[in-house]
Amino acid sequence: MNETSDNNPLRELRKLQPRFSGMESGHRACLGCGEALAARLVTEAAGPDVIYANATGCLEVFTTAWPESAWRVAWMHSLFENAAAIAAGMEAALKRQGKATRVIAMGGDGGTFDIGFQALSGMLERGHNVLYVCFDNEAYMNTGIQRSGSTPHAAATTTSPAGKLRMGKRHLKKDIVTIVAAHHIPYAATASVAYPSDIRKKVRRALAIDGPTFLHIHSPCPLGWGHDGSLSIEVARLAVQTGLFPVIELERGGLAGVMPIRELRPVTDYLAIQQRFRHLFADNARAREELEHLQALADHNIEFYQLRGTHPDTRDTEGADTVTRGGMRWA
Amino acid sequence: MRQRDNKTSILGNYSDMIEIRIHGRGGQGNVVAAYLLATAAFEVGRHVQAFPNFGAERRGAPVTAFVRIADRPIRRRCQVQHPAWLIVQDENLLHLPDITTGLLDGGAILVNSTRADAELSQELGCPVVALPATRLALDVLGRPVPNTALLSAFLALTGLLPQDALISALGARFRGEILERNRALIEQAAARVPAGAWQEPEHAARA
Amino acid sequence: MQHALEGSQALARAVSLCRPQVIAAYPITPQTHIVENLSRLVADGELDCELVSVESEFSAASVVLGAVAGGSRAYTASSSQGILLMAEVLFNIAGLRIPLVMTCANRALSGPLSIWNDQQDSMAVRDAGWVQLYCTSNQEAVDTTIQAYRIAELCELPVMVCVDGFTLTHTLEVIDLPESEQVDRMLPEFRFERALDPLNPISIGTLVSPDYFTEIRYSHHSALLEALPVIEQAAQEWQAISGREQPALLRCSGPEQARIGILTLGSVAGTLEAALELYTDEPATRLIALRSFRPFPSAALQVACEGLTDLVVLERAVCPGSGGILGSEVRAAFSEVADAPRVHNFSVGLGGRDVPLDIYPRLHAALRNGDGLPYAILDLEPERLPASA
Repeated sequence: MNETSDNNPLRELRKLQPRFSGMESGHRACLGCGEALAARLVTEAAGPDVIYANATGCLEVFTTAWPESAWRVAWMHSLFENAAAIAAGMEAALKRQGKATRVIAMGGDGGTFDIGFQALSGMLERGHNVLYVCFDNEAYMNTGIQRSGSTPHAAATTTSPAGKLRMGKRHLKKDIVTIVAAHHIPYAATASVAYPSDIRKKVRRALAIDGPTFLHIHSPCPLGWGHDGSLSIEVARLAVQTGLFPVIELERGGLAGVMPIRELRPVTDYLAIQQRFRHLFADNARAREELEHLQALADHNIEFYQLRGTHPDTRDTEGADTVTRGGMRWA
Repeated sequence: MRQRDNKTSILGNYSDMIEIRIHGRGGQGNVVAAYLLATAAFEVGRHVQAFPNFGAERRGAPVTAFVRIADRPIRRRCQVQHPAWLIVQDENLLHLPDITTGLLDGGAILVNSTRADAELSQELGCPVVALPATRLALDVLGRPVPNTALLSAFLALTGLLPQDALISALGARFRGEILERNRALIEQAAARVPAGAWQEPEHAARA
Repeated sequence: MQHALEGSQALARAVSLCRPQVIAAYPITPQTHIVENLSRLVADGELDCELVSVESEFSAASVVLGAVAGGSRAYTASSSQGILLMAEVLFNIAGLRIPLVMTCANRALSGPLSIWNDQQDSMAVRDAGWVQLYCTSNQEAVDTTIQAYRIAELCELPVMVCVDGFTLTHTLEVIDLPESEQVDRMLPEFRFERALDPLNPISIGTLVSPDYFTEIRYSHHSALLEALPVIEQAAQEWQAISGREQPALLRCSGPEQARIGILTLGSVAGTLEAALELYTDEPATRLIALRSFRPFPSAALQVACEGLTDLVVLERAVCPGSGGILGSEVRAAFSEVADAPRVHNFSVGLGGRDVPLDIYPRLHAALRNGDGLPYAILDLEPERLPASA
């Protein structure tokens, strides 16, 4: 396709950025699904000239019940463990053909932290020009809420239930963004559906960079986390404001940016509104001990990433999604 | 709708197997309802089978569940095509084209709805009893899950099993206050429907 | 004692009664309820074992392989894509003669993606060298799981217990759960002769040159053939302990004088049994529910088919480009047998399509029409596809 010709459809399509709708409504996600919102924002910001490799999980299931599809972009689902490898193949083909079309891989936490980890590591190490986006709802939600390597410490899932002997997941949440950044890639960042503008900025930033890039988006699952669908954004925001989910950017492994927390909240504010942590509010010593553990994890993040801003900042946890006129929350 | 004829029906004599279909949406406790009904029947010594038919698990997606209750071991594993009764947990599902497919002549539908029985019966062309199950559940349990109320009403209408069997089945899942509230909900729901209105001589279960 | 239980729940209890020391768990629909129930038992202290929540099925199979090599009784479960992802390990486990039991909750294979019941997954690994036993009910799944450990540990072979996904795993029915003491009588404490032990060090999984490979592979093949009487023996032992009749290599039902037979694997047998009693206008039919698929019980099958003129093989799988899988094996088993029945081969219920009672008269009609010579998909309906497809 000749890029400079006057009736070039691709050029016409690119003019539609950033209002491009890559993922249409009418799909079958649950009410308040954080992943659906995140995927829509990513496809919107990335524009039409992209092909997608999607791992098995909620997203591909609720968007593509044959013969219907919610995707307005070129999109493929293969298996659970290979999104990064599929994307690498797509990128190699497009490179060989001299095309400017970009490749984005999408996976949930299961397909990224666990079963797809090997393929991700390989893609990053080989330097493919691919943006990998992980929609992190902290468990295998599509199959009914089983724990993954991303499930936070002490969260209850069906395979890490709270019971007489156990207090939910025993192990810590894998720190995927630093593992990814340790592959020396040019850009790796975390984001949250509570800050949609931040997501859009990061997608465009990543796509403007040559080489492997990674975006880890915290995406609440009302069913799996145990809260009302209308509270998804609030839950996501509290994760950031407590320090449990730091919003950071890493370039070639070094910290390049953070979203400072203007008003720090205690972890209990975040935990108390989700059923998956309700066993931590029982009146016993073990529950109290676990709450202290979680606060310690948050405190560590705050110190390690220097998450306390000293001045109000338009890029901090209050400024990043607030319009200054009337202080209304809007992004 | 299929003729229910004990002499010539190729599907045999209905007095030894009753098939029920439950329609709902993911999150309404549809499958649990089927399991509870089957468990309740088991508690009074019947042979039972209950299973769901769904797409990928998703809140709000239509889910169908099937229940079989019989006096002999149940061997068939196919979906229920000729239910004697339907229980519909979400009245919006009544608009689905397949919802009443296969319902036996003389069969009836129990719907979770605030609308009037007569209105719904006319629309669907068969006997319908409406129960505002979600509202009842919200009032008594504080949660909008309609299944227990609907099951209780169903048992009252059909006389298929005693209410105690349902309470016993619930007792395996709930304890203490929640169980007590369910008990209250069962009583209230049963009181709202005409007891024995759907009781057929060839179907009466000797509990 | 009798309980109304969901299949997965009953299976989890059965596994728990077998006292595994290591369980590897990775979720995949429709096996998830099994591992969830096991997690619940562990979290409440009712099952004392190491429950390893692995990061993929490849690791699930590898973890249990390592566990048995380390001398512990182990368990895992999977379906469909998970079975394929662990395929390399499954071959390895069997070739290394590791006694292990796993549940395969039968589900169709991608692509395209399907979560629903057919038997393509266990069929896809039929050459891995595992014992494969198929269950027609959840009671059989419970009883077979217990017997599977006995078979595995006596033969030093892994056993895959195949249970139809959703159709059995998610069905609640009345199940007689054995007592702990009964299972303990059936399953002595696990003593693996070749477990890795510093006091008696051996090497497992070495490189084998063409000089020896044939003999070693043959020993695996003959071990599987020798498992046939062990499967029968385990069924008899468990029948004596449980008081319940146990099928061994296959189960027959239907009138003695039947000249037509229908051979199936898994839960569709139940539907056919019910249909046989309802559709009395159809010719007398013998139903054969095959239990052991690997090792393939040729001799038992020949005996079961005595007197039949026609045998319908009805399966929930297909080999694209070839036809039926079970059908091909049955035809091969009869190829040298005099007066063998004519084999008609059909697939049905692929990707979870419901198999209704009227499949039975439809089968008889298709048989009379010769549709299954050599092979057809019985419930194919091309008009279902959208016009543009």
